Amino acid sequence: MKKAIYTLSFICCLFGTVLQAQDEDLLSLLGEEKTTDYATATFKTNRIVNGHSVENTARGVMDMKISHRFSPVRYGLYDIFGLDGASIRIGLDYGITDRLMVGFGRSSNEKIIDGFAKYKILRQSSGNRNMPITLSYLIDAQIKTVKFSDSERNNKFSSRLYYTHQLLIGRKINSGISLQLMPTLVHRNLVATTADKNDVLALGVGGRVKVSKRIALTAEYYYVLDKQVTQNFAPPLSIGVDIETGGHVFQLHFTNSQDMTYKGFITETPEDWFYKNADGKMLSGIRFGFNVSRVFTIRKQKI
Amino acid sequence: MQKPIVLVALFILMTQAAFSQKFFSRDAVLSFSSDTPMEKIEGTNKAGTCVLDTKTGKMEWKVLVKGFKFEKALMEEHFNENYMESTKFPNAVFKGEITNLSEINFSQDGKYTVKTKGTMTMHGVSKEINVTGTLKVNKGQLEILSNFSVTCADYNISIPSVVKDNIAKEIKVTVSAKLNAMK
Repeated sequence: MKKAIYTLSFICCLFGTVLQAQDEDLLSLLGEEKTTDYATATFKTNRIVNGHSVENTARGVMDMKISHRFSPVRYGLYDIFGLDGASIRIGLDYGITDRLMVGFGRSSNEKIIDGFAKYKILRQSSGNRNMPITLSYLIDAQIKTVKFSDSERNNKFSSRLYYTHQLLIGRKINSGISLQLMPTLVHRNLVATTADKNDVLALGVGGRVKVSKRIALTAEYYYVLDKQVTQNFAPPLSIGVDIETGGHVFQLHFTNSQDMTYKGFITETPEDWFYKNADGKMLSGIRFGFNVSRVFTIRKQKI
Repeated sequence: MQKPIVLVALFILMTQAAFSQKFFSRDAVLSFSSDTPMEKIEGTNKAGTCVLDTKTGKMEWKVLVKGFKFEKALMEEHFNENYMESTKFPNAVFKGEITNLSEINFSQDGKYTVKTKGTMTMHGVSKEINVTGTLKVNKGQLEILSNFSVTCADYNISIPSVVKDNIAKEIKVTVSAKLNAMK
């Protein structure tokens, strides 16, 4: 009996030493702590081209946007490929929290003032919490402040108003590719004809492909459901490149939309990328445009 | 009959004692700064892990690259996306050992200079480095403090020419940790 106990204790002791000798990887003693890894930088900035991306301006950061859309390129050198006919939007975005941002802007086209709020409902993540997508909700209002064309008519202020509701469903597929779906509703208080719908439904598709750490190709397209818009209408398609340099993001693109507000580019894009005019002549509605984004840190982050 | 049981108890105690020669921390503070006349960039991570075996002198540190916080959100984004590529290389790790172990008495309160030699792995690159620091022994708790520099180019972290005046080539790193005995 005694012998057995001695043997046992000897084995115990031996085991202890063996166990210790196997402790090569010290960090593994602490065990693997599982964390949640949230997808970041799904897009370079909070717009793809005209519409929003799932990206938010960070808390306490102000983002100044200067955007231009030019006349169609087809007028050639006489018009410096459209640069003579600039439509401008100047805007400011601000991140109230990391999930909630607001912004406003003014466009030269129809003298529109727009304001919006965007809230990130779900964040794409892996690890402890698994969430395949990022989901944001955007509400945007536009006021057309240009003088009414017929001043004799009983014009109401409400006729100037447009509203947009949009869901942004985005996924960063890998470090280089991100895709986004944007179901959108544009409400127009006043429409041109009885055949025009006040509520216009559209489905946007957008994405980006990184070509280097600081350069990405982007595309954005809005499919507008049939029989909602009668005049001046083509679905907006934009293809661009995002270039990031320190605090700036330059977005250069080719697009057929001349307006940078939701009601403008979704319901009033004038021409297709390529179309035949009444005489059967092939024309192109492609325009050059750019957005410049510059961020300023107003409130520093707590470390 | 009594004796062997005491003996077994003693053995178990001994093995236990052997285990408590390891010290650890889960809230080590690691910070770095890039100081140029154009811009000062500082990042801090307060959730570094560290394990030290006082018997063998082996020491390991690990930190989640995404856990570094900055004053400006854009710095954090650029740090993760453009420089450290934290999705591809999530951790920074140092595995090494104390080279002057005989000069340190872990059971006596006091302040000691610690010399370490080991491998630093980050951004997918492993490099041998020597780091010197101080160790304070205080009532069974160990406090480690160290300052050293790392060179961006050594770890394949390229700085584009547009921002070469904004980012230092040598990054100053500060680590501090309070280690408790592992039970």
